[in-house]
Amino acid sequence: MDRRKFLLNGVPAAAVLSEVINGFAIKAFNNESPLVQAFLQGGTNINDNVLVIIQLSGGNDGLNMVIPVGQYSRYYNARTNIAVAEAKVLKLQGFEETGLHPAMTGLDSLYKDGKLKVIQSVGYPTPNFSHFRATDIWMSASNSTQDVYTGWMGRYLSYKYPGYPVNYPNTTMPDPLAVQIGSATSLAFQGESVNMAMSFTNPNSFYNLITNTYDPAPNTRAGKELTFIRQITAQTQGYATAVKNASAKVTKQVDYPTSNSLADQLKIVARLIKGGLKTKVYMVNIGGFDTHASQVQSSDTSLGTHATILKRLSDAIKAFQDDLKFLEIEDRVMGITFSEFGRRIKSNLSVGTDHGAAAPMFIFGSNTNPGVLGINPDIPVSATVNDNIPMQYDFRSVYATMLTNWFCLDKNIVASLFPPEINIQLQALPLVKEGVCKADPVPEPPDINEPGAAVITNYPNPFTESTTIKYTTAGGHTMIQIIDMLGRVIKVLFENKNATAGTYTVTFNAAGLAHGVYYARFQNGTVQQVLPMLKVR
Amino acid sequence: MDRRDFLLNPAKKTGTGLKASAKISKTNRPTSGLETFIGSWTANEVTHLLKRVMFGAKKADIDYFQAKTLQQTVNELLSPSSFNRPEPIKEYATTTSTAAVPDTAIVTGTTWINDYNGDGTVQSQRRTSYRKWFAGNLINQDRSVLEKLTMFWIDLFGNQMDTVGNANWIYKQNILIRSNALGNYKQLIRDISTDVAMLRYLNGYVNRGTAPDENYARELMELFTLGKGPDSKYTENDVKEAAKVLTGWQINSTTYTSYFTLSRHNTTNKTFSAFFKNKVITGRNNATAGTTELNELVDMIFDTDEVGRYIARRLYRWYVYYDIDDNAEENVIKPLAKIFKDNKYEIKPMLQALFTSAHFYDALNKGCVIKPPVDYVIGLLREMDVKFPDLSDWDTNYGFWNTMFTHVSNMGQRMHDPPNVSGMPAYYQEPLFHEIWINADSLPKRIQYSDIMVNSGYSRNSKKIIIDVIAFTKLLNNPGDPVALIDESVAILFRNDLSAALKQQIKVQIILSGQESDYYWTNAWMAYLANPTTANTTIVKNRLTAFYIYLLNLSEYHLI
Repeated sequence: MDRRKFLLNGVPAAAVLSEVINGFAIKAFNNESPLVQAFLQGGTNINDNVLVIIQLSGGNDGLNMVIPVGQYSRYYNARTNIAVAEAKVLKLQGFEETGLHPAMTGLDSLYKDGKLKVIQSVGYPTPNFSHFRATDIWMSASNSTQDVYTGWMGRYLSYKYPGYPVNYPNTTMPDPLAVQIGSATSLAFQGESVNMAMSFTNPNSFYNLITNTYDPAPNTRAGKELTFIRQITAQTQGYATAVKNASAKVTKQVDYPTSNSLADQLKIVARLIKGGLKTKVYMVNIGGFDTHASQVQSSDTSLGTHATILKRLSDAIKAFQDDLKFLEIEDRVMGITFSEFGRRIKSNLSVGTDHGAAAPMFIFGSNTNPGVLGINPDIPVSATVNDNIPMQYDFRSVYATMLTNWFCLDKNIVASLFPPEINIQLQALPLVKEGVCKADPVPEPPDINEPGAAVITNYPNPFTESTTIKYTTAGGHTMIQIIDMLGRVIKVLFENKNATAGTYTVTFNAAGLAHGVYYARFQNGTVQQVLPMLKVR
Repeated sequence: MDRRDFLLNPAKKTGTGLKASAKISKTNRPTSGLETFIGSWTANEVTHLLKRVMFGAKKADIDYFQAKTLQQTVNELLSPSSFNRPEPIKEYATTTSTAAVPDTAIVTGTTWINDYNGDGTVQSQRRTSYRKWFAGNLINQDRSVLEKLTMFWIDLFGNQMDTVGNANWIYKQNILIRSNALGNYKQLIRDISTDVAMLRYLNGYVNRGTAPDENYARELMELFTLGKGPDSKYTENDVKEAAKVLTGWQINSTTYTSYFTLSRHNTTNKTFSAFFKNKVITGRNNATAGTTELNELVDMIFDTDEVGRYIARRLYRWYVYYDIDDNAEENVIKPLAKIFKDNKYEIKPMLQALFTSAHFYDALNKGCVIKPPVDYVIGLLREMDVKFPDLSDWDTNYGFWNTMFTHVSNMGQRMHDPPNVSGMPAYYQEPLFHEIWINADSLPKRIQYSDIMVNSGYSRNSKKIIIDVIAFTKLLNNPGDPVALIDESVAILFRNDLSAALKQQIKVQIILSGQESDYYWTNAWMAYLANPTTANTTIVKNRLTAFYIYLLNLSEYHLI
């Protein structure tokens, strides 16, 4: 059986017995399956790095979070009623073309400390504008045309902890594989037939566990039996003790902002990591990003609903990072943020934004390779309601990079965790500092903001029927995708798994296509560039 | 069963049933009695009744009975259309290699019940076949109390199949109990006293002459009829005398029937204590002595008030709650016992009274029974409408039934195979009673089972049984509304409502995937209904799967 296919499909049901109570993984059974043994002998890298995933539910307006100051007038034209005043934008040192929303002073200071990376325009080839479907795509790391019922983290954890939950907890892994706070169950941690995460639906349920508090039950026969079952449930949760013990070890943390649910969640995460849990992945959640209307205050566009949650996000991450430093575990933790989609370039008349495509992601932590990856998104001179931000980076490349360069997983294994259709296209991105893993370092891509650094050009532009695209490849996997203004990859113009280095041309024949903006997205190894092209009459 | 094994087993205990609950304050315990329930007949009451007297409450059954009155419903549930089930079949391979006398003549797919083959290997295969058949009967129960009630009597008689050994005998006992489950208890006791499996299990077949084996006589009084209640004052000598009455019965191992041998019978007069009004059963010395004396013994036992009380207490623990407090004893047990005796031990009137009583529907008696494994496993299949292949596909069905029998067994309840003659400890072992079902071993197994049934199900012969979360959701009245979806599902699956806060959390975090507007779910559900493409299906399936797994993992799902 092909190993890659095998991992993507997950381990066979016979080896995976599902035991989850209220999302709590619990006591496992004996089952010395030969399969499990075979897996255990396939060595895994030992590394105690932790990944914290922050989900921004609702579809975050990336364009008001990471503001393209370099294209300010186009940005302002496209979304006058919600545009943040240029003077208020927190311009990023060394990347003055790009700035953060003024509410995000915390992240700005992380950036100045060299602990933040901004990845521009992260998406996937055929963006889906449904919350549900888009969330599932981000959680499963599937293609948008594909139905995958397992999560990307579920597949990774199935690989790393084969056979789970049979024989777990054990001496090698006495702790939950993943901890989720702020949501009940997530597709991201779903394995073939078991969810890998221990979850706390909210911070209270965590503190209830720590303090042995149960939901109230009446003093009746039913209440007596319910309490009894809950007590046994708590006793049977193999991980409850581990979590309680870890939690008890930490008595002092820095102050976190109050009335900030994300901060409440991250505070618990820091406590558990410091307390010694070997848990690899934590996932937390902040909602409210579905800002169709009134996302800013009309009197001051730097304030309002979106500003409030961006501030919470930024303050929470800042406090978390400070706490990690205080607790002396800073070097072991990295975080990423994601949302199911960005929002439309053009704002609507109800002072909001509608569902869109690509959006920025943050990577944070002291081991972050800091800076900005990618360039400001292209904004049309007069944006229409249809205009979307074309992707520069595929989110699966971000996931794959974190697995390779943070969890130090072999890149072939990493590839096996993603759908075969896309794993050839996964890019290694410069997100993690060199030296964390002994893997090949990821070279910094050329700065394509510099004039003359472009690796892809076209002529003529504008064009009527067809245009000739000239590109320079350093060799190896090389590809050009054509993206329309809705953000959809309509065509892979060219793909070669093993191109010879050199400069070449390829013709984009747009006969029959509508007039308007098209993007040619060039990808070669770690290099990518998105080139706008205009088809006219 | 050998008496010595029996004595070594410390679990045997019948309990008085009069211990007051220590923890629940008196004001929170029911004060109602056997008077007829006059409250509204709503889905809540129907669901309560169905979960208590059948395995799981199907949405269709709830709807069906809600359209009727309480009396009509209980009448219908107590009137099974048939007491018969398709006979267990030879679904196993003929083992010519290990069986000395293989049952080659029995064609695979036809029944083995009329083939009296005593070969050890064959009987072992048939015991397995019987267990699968047993599980299949529960899964395929009709709208009646029959299957759970049959299990009640089987548990009461406590025969262990592995000790009896012969599957044909056990099957005969099952049929005897099943066909009398709603009949006359006195008659059932007469019949079961000479049932071959019972004669074998409690050594009646070796009870002879002047040195009687008291095993059956003792359990007849202690476990099957009189119990050890405070007013059950039969004596050790009564047991000895009853044993003499019961001497002489044997098993014909060719015809699988019992017969009476006068030469093995103790023909002396049997004298009983004051509890039995100093009754003397005259020793007979003729071919019908066994039957005549047995009938006299049964008449004498059933002439007391204790049979009714004992059986009423056992039924109470099976159907209502394990703790029988003073109110229950006075206002439920004693009146039930009287109805039982007044009706010459017809079972139906007593059940009719219980299932229509104010006590049965008292809010303080709802949602407090911990599901036995069989209710957990079979109830889940039924109430979540898991579809099995057509019965004609016996191989696939027997395979699936085996899976279910094994789950029930692994969770601590081997059907027709209790740990000893006292039956399952959950019905007599103080102080835990039903709480015995839930422990650090069984609880994870329950959760594992429901998770498997939602996530992957089981496959055999390219057929699959699985909880189809979408099909189940479609049964609901208004699944497009996330609030109604949660409320309706909770009402079917749980007997104790969830808090508004938890329902809200489930709605936002699971059904809405963190979104804030209900219409996101509504739109997704409508899009699926209008156009069930793979993509639209996946969206609703992912959420419903997480939703039902979450619900089934809650502690509330273990209570009925």
